[in-house]
Amino acid sequence: MKKVFADAQAALDGLVFDGMTIMAGGFGLCGIPENSIAALHKSGVKDLTVISNNCGVDGFGLGVLLDAKQIRKMVSSYVGENKEFERQFLSGELELEFNPQGTLAERIRAGGAGIPGFFTKTGVGTLIAEGKEHREFDGETFIMETGLKADVSIVKAWKADPQGNLVFRKTARNFNPMMATAGKVTVAEVEEIVELGSLDPDEIHTPGIFVQRLFVGSFEKRIEQRTIREREVA
Amino acid sequence: MAWTRDDMAARAAQELQDGFYVNLGIGIPTLVANHIPEDIDVTLQSENGMLGMGPFPYDDEVDADLINAGKQTITELRRTSYFSSADSFGMIRGGHIDLSILGAMEISEGGDIANWMIPGKLVKGMGGAMDLVAGVKRVVVIMDHANKAGEPKLLKECTLPLTGKACVHRIITTLGVFDVVEDGLKLIELAPGVSLDLVASQTEAKYTVSDSLLQHEPA
Repeated sequence: MKKVFADAQAALDGLVFDGMTIMAGGFGLCGIPENSIAALHKSGVKDLTVISNNCGVDGFGLGVLLDAKQIRKMVSSYVGENKEFERQFLSGELELEFNPQGTLAERIRAGGAGIPGFFTKTGVGTLIAEGKEHREFDGETFIMETGLKADVSIVKAWKADPQGNLVFRKTARNFNPMMATAGKVTVAEVEEIVELGSLDPDEIHTPGIFVQRLFVGSFEKRIEQRTIREREVA
Repeated sequence: MAWTRDDMAARAAQELQDGFYVNLGIGIPTLVANHIPEDIDVTLQSENGMLGMGPFPYDDEVDADLINAGKQTITELRRTSYFSSADSFGMIRGGHIDLSILGAMEISEGGDIANWMIPGKLVKGMGGAMDLVAGVKRVVVIMDHANKAGEPKLLKECTLPLTGKACVHRIITTLGVFDVVEDGLKLIELAPGVSLDLVASQTEAKYTVSDSLLQHEPA
């Protein structure tokens, strides 16, 4: 079965429907699947539930889908500086579910690993714990969280081989590996597809079993907070 | 003469010990990195998936794939490792990180912390804060002693929604340093020129004064 597609539109063909749940990798704008997001925008799909740590910025990343009112619900840990997000949320157009970042990551990992629920101490005694099952282990209280899955996961990696084995780069890895495991179908966009056999099997981050579709994208890689230091003059 | 933000960061750097793995929160806690003593070895964790966080890059080193949890561009070190968000919070929740230094809006005398949500204002989310306060071995807070309206931030009970319950160990404020002990707070250090009366007038939480109270000298 051929996993490599020409572009995002071809890779997402036949997978997209209104009301679907999508996981989108990335932390801030780092390691986001820019090309699949653009293709979803173009497809006009609506009423999306999007599971992603953040929701892009105005006019870039998932912000593009927000601007076009294609998202009905976000599941995130932090939605940062996004004016359109704020407007839609305050007007009741957009539903929002906050998860602690580690809980979100673990819910996705669990979803992909066939684990329907788990106990964590994160959020005990806070709003997050309300309505959740509490249980004691060794005298300490934990709350139950459930695994998360998606109809489609869109992830971004650095390199892939034609089998869909993925290698990520630096902090652009973030949520991408777990999301690749938790999609019924996972579409990976990469900077380069290398020849079979040229990735060291010991250094593959995501085995190809988790990736069904693959394409080479083009990336803007916008930076949110360009922070630099000055060279000291000798 | 109360402590400035940089003074508080310098004081917080004294919490670091040789061999520590440390997570620094966004804002003032970031400044602690500028005060790490040269004779100790500390590894900084960034919860988006990195151990061994280096300084900000020079202009020609900027890499969009390399950012910290505050989304700022950073650099790697020879010791650096990268990992997924699940692994990152596994090390946080699993108690492998020695120390977290973070900011707060309110702290209660029982060590509760509120730093993510003000009802009626737009909520941006808790990010990794709830995981950090629940999982890291030791939690140290840096904050202004009073809020912008001059009201105490060290309270009997937090009025804002909590980030974590009974999880703070030490609080460094503009006026001094408090430990969270069995039955409330204990004032252990005073910033230069700060009087006990001043602290009392700006603190709602119940606290005792340490027998070995340290009054810092002006820098």
